[in-house]
Amino acid sequence: MNRVENIWGVRTPHERGTEWPERVDQELAVAEAEVDRWVQSACVLCSNGCACDIAVKDGKMVGVRGRAGDRINHGRLGPKGLYASWQWSDQDRLTHPLVRTSEGLRQATWDEAMGRIVEESKKRHPLKQGFYTSGQLFLEEYYTLAVIGKAGLGTPHMDGNTRLCTATAAAALKETFGSDGQPGSYEDIEHCDALFLFGHNMAATQTVLWSRVLDRVEGPDAPVIVAVDPRDTPVTRLADVHLAPLPGSNQALMNGLIHELIEHGYVDHDYVARHTIGYDELAATVASYEPKQVAEICGVNAVDVQHAAEIFGRSERVLSTVLQGFYQSHQATAASCQVNNLHLLRGLIGKPGCGVLQMNGQPTAENTRECGADGDLPGFRNWANPQHIDELAKLWNVDRLKIPHWAPPTHAMQLWRYVDQGSIDFLWISATNPAVSLPELPRIRDILSREDLFLVVQDGFLTETAQYADVVLPAALWGEKQGTFTNASRTVHLSEQAVDPPGEARSDLDIFLDYARRMDFRDADGEPLIGWTTPEEAFEAWKECTRGRPCDYSGLTYDALRGASGIPWPCTDDAPEGTDRLYEDSVFPTEPETCEDYGHDLLTGGSTTPEKYKALNPGGRAFLKAMPFTEPPEWISSAYPLIATTGRSPYHFHTRTKTGRSPQLKQAEPKVWVELSAADAAELGVAEGNQVRVESARGWMEGAARIGGARPGVVFVPFHFGYWDATEGAPPSAANEFTLTEWDPVSKQPIYKVVAVRVRKA
Amino acid sequence: MHLSTYLGLLHASENSLAEAFDQVGRDHADEPDVEHLCHVLSEKAAGHVEALSPFVTRYGVQREDEPDRLHAAEFGGTRTGGVGLLRDLQDLYVLASFVDITWTVVGQAAQGVPDAELLKTVGSCQAETSTQLSWLQTRIKQAAPQALIVA
Repeated sequence: MNRVENIWGVRTPHERGTEWPERVDQELAVAEAEVDRWVQSACVLCSNGCACDIAVKDGKMVGVRGRAGDRINHGRLGPKGLYASWQWSDQDRLTHPLVRTSEGLRQATWDEAMGRIVEESKKRHPLKQGFYTSGQLFLEEYYTLAVIGKAGLGTPHMDGNTRLCTATAAAALKETFGSDGQPGSYEDIEHCDALFLFGHNMAATQTVLWSRVLDRVEGPDAPVIVAVDPRDTPVTRLADVHLAPLPGSNQALMNGLIHELIEHGYVDHDYVARHTIGYDELAATVASYEPKQVAEICGVNAVDVQHAAEIFGRSERVLSTVLQGFYQSHQATAASCQVNNLHLLRGLIGKPGCGVLQMNGQPTAENTRECGADGDLPGFRNWANPQHIDELAKLWNVDRLKIPHWAPPTHAMQLWRYVDQGSIDFLWISATNPAVSLPELPRIRDILSREDLFLVVQDGFLTETAQYADVVLPAALWGEKQGTFTNASRTVHLSEQAVDPPGEARSDLDIFLDYARRMDFRDADGEPLIGWTTPEEAFEAWKECTRGRPCDYSGLTYDALRGASGIPWPCTDDAPEGTDRLYEDSVFPTEPETCEDYGHDLLTGGSTTPEKYKALNPGGRAFLKAMPFTEPPEWISSAYPLIATTGRSPYHFHTRTKTGRSPQLKQAEPKVWVELSAADAAELGVAEGNQVRVESARGWMEGAARIGGARPGVVFVPFHFGYWDATEGAPPSAANEFTLTEWDPVSKQPIYKVVAVRVRKA
Repeated sequence: MHLSTYLGLLHASENSLAEAFDQVGRDHADEPDVEHLCHVLSEKAAGHVEALSPFVTRYGVQREDEPDRLHAAEFGGTRTGGVGLLRDLQDLYVLASFVDITWTVVGQAAQGVPDAELLKTVGSCQAETSTQLSWLQTRIKQAAPQALIVA
């Protein structure tokens, strides 16, 4: 079957409460009999983490097949997994380190390249050095990087591009439940009576998960679906209720839904009294959000708000999913917390079919968060809790003062600002492409071009970002190295090495370990700080770091992960099979000695002090965080009368380094487009396919118009299209040319979804 | 009665806090979070000035009884660079602390009168002042090491 045309594949409908049937998807470049061997892995082209086997012939990857026995995909793969997971492997790869000379980048030995990095690193204060990593590496690599940064070098400047995709999921979970950790399970799709998708175009972002939903929808006793999205998408077209709020108004809509839940007596007051804190303030905050007022702020129908709230209030089992429509919008953390609140108000959590999936955008984003390779500490530890710092100091055998913990680790937007100001002038970027993915690209290019910046870029390809580097390190990619990663529902998979990396490329783990060796990082006894040399040894060290923490991996082994299915953490001696759902007992990790964070004021991001937090006496209860709607930092004006949002195509991932090198996917979506409503297109005199220019106060890009899809006043542009394969002289194609440098005060996630622009025919 | 004196002091202090937040936000526009939040918090302070006006009318402003050295703290203008931002945030912190303790004084007096309406206003405004202080402290703690050691 052509899965470009049929994105979600053949339906396998089934009844509520029954297992999702298997359907094995496969794509092979050779006849099946010619495959030498199949190597276990899981797909890294979205956050779903579909288990698969890689087909190998003559030392090359030649295909991929879904693993039937796995809990995540039951054999399925999406178009990206089928057509882009391995097809890039021999195209345009970096095979040697490169170093910059006055003539540009030239080939170098590993010794020369690493020698140069170490020389630059050694001559700088740790606070002048930053690391910007990814949601694409393996757990073992993130943990190694985290130990290097926090216990070796001692810099707080470490974050990942996960800041752009998943930071709000983590922040909302911390604010409500005290710690990160996905409450729900994908199996809740099989059990739910109602499914709410908040800012989540699942049909494009996690196509296999959407197949799972479609198989319920086409079976008997289908769940009722409610979608919140300003665009028309396959999800909203299927939904029983589609709420299309104006970009930036999510918080008003959420307050309206909670208002209706309270107003119509759908609140389980007994549950709220026993398991939550903050009901009175929440009720007072939402009191004025009558459906009529919400309709006015959000530009939706009051009746639809009432209807959606009634569905939430009356359904026995409700599952909610949340993604970038909330995370990358105004009041991101506040609005995402309200989804948690809806569930807590009805006590719908920790039970089959009930719960919250605060989704991720990337395959290994969960690990960036757990391992502390982003703005967190390893093992969901609390930077403001001295006991947690002591635990890490003991584990790593270093002085506690070595570990930067005077403030939260530096978030990416601030890290880039320090580079902009020159106070960070050593930046090491791994497995991400900020020259296309960060907001306001004209500004990012200026920063990357700074004379005083020493820039290291570690990647599989010479990306748009690598062009600016002083040293480029060639990295092994998926299938060329071994490691584990954890999907959006806490399920851990092992990805084995199937083939050798090209040329002299090395795994990211080996590169980080080489740096640590050359820097000669030592512990308090003078022993090497990092005692491991293989992925499995790194995994064993990580297990010790998680023991007793919410993300407990202590019961997992590589051997266990070689079984039929991935395993969800926490996985301990007491729960060797892992854990489907968190919070079955409605006891939340909010105890002051346990929690990952003491919380924030949602308006400003001001931290709650330990004393104030302890005085709340949370005792395992969850927080019902409240906040009124506020105006977004940028809104339309006469000069910029439309609001732009950015997002994904089902055929591409990130900046297309892999999917753009897949013939099928490149053909499916070769170029950027600009989605306009019919009304706006008519007013602008734009016809389908016309080249249009989208321009903000900061920058502009051009693409072909697609008409319909967006609500009037809203423009949508996919963010995948950078410049590595652009034709000479073509106009700018990256959506981030026009986006703005603003972020949520709590999660620090950039606001990509509310950008004032004007559009005209190019 | 000096309650009116203190209401005048609070009125003036909230006014200068609103102006100071506004000015710091404008002059540090290269720090997007500072720019945005300073404007939000400036509006909060301006809202407090509004909230005070019925009580200023009720109790009057008796400036002639004002003790010599009782006057509102003032903001001396913004600076530039990493350390400049730090100092500006610190000035805001001092100003907001002054406002905070002045609300405490007025709140105590409101209980003595007693004036339930004023007490309610003190409660909500002081909670917002506390948010301002908490954000300032968070941002100052974040900025200090970088500004003092490597900027």
